[in-house]
Amino acid sequence: MIHIDLTDQPIAVADALRSVEADGAGAINTFIGTVRNQSTGRAVIRLEYEAYDSMALHQLRKVAEQAVAQWPMLQKVTVIHRKGTLHIGDVAVVVAVSTPHRAESFAACQYIIDTLKQVVTIWKKEFYQDGDVWVAAHP
Amino acid sequence: MHLNIALFGIAREIVGQPTLEIDAPAGQSARGLLAELHARYPALAALSSLAVAVNNEYAADDTPLHERDEIALIPPVSGG
Repeated sequence: MIHIDLTDQPIAVADALRSVEADGAGAINTFIGTVRNQSTGRAVIRLEYEAYDSMALHQLRKVAEQAVAQWPMLQKVTVIHRKGTLHIGDVAVVVAVSTPHRAESFAACQYIIDTLKQVVTIWKKEFYQDGDVWVAAHP
Repeated sequence: MHLNIALFGIAREIVGQPTLEIDAPAGQSARGLLAELHARYPALAALSSLAVAVNNEYAADDTPLHERDEIALIPPVSGG
């Protein structure tokens, strides 16, 4: 009921949504993170995501398991993160959850994406016309 | 003891290579390793944070390191 993936191929969003369908679910909630065209006022040309794969997969699973512990009514959880080079509009991450009722689906989905951003070993480098920056690296 | 350390993101760029081999005293802690690396590569100390991971888990400061551990330096993550 937990599906985790880290891929250098485009994320099949429709397949990710379908993967959390469950007869006991009255709600499916999804977060789709996409590549924005600017960052702190600078035009972004592309992103590169680098991952420590084994730890990222382990930590992603832990985050999903924490969500299930906190919201035991979760039916299914899918988290897929992209790595490699992405361009404006590309899908970087998909979180999909299903629950009997909607309130818990919003809460669990938000918990997973928020916690992912804090602990999962993936790094984003933004490329601009005049340089590049590892996001969040410096104070 | 001999430690192999995997490097990612900006830590990999600061050190200039994807892995680092260092000799450390037996029982070296995660904190001790970071102090040693900060001394060798001062730019690492300028990062917002720098964690040590042991066998795919974040290590507490006093975690002792062993030769066969899979050790990695974790600069500030920015997935999502």
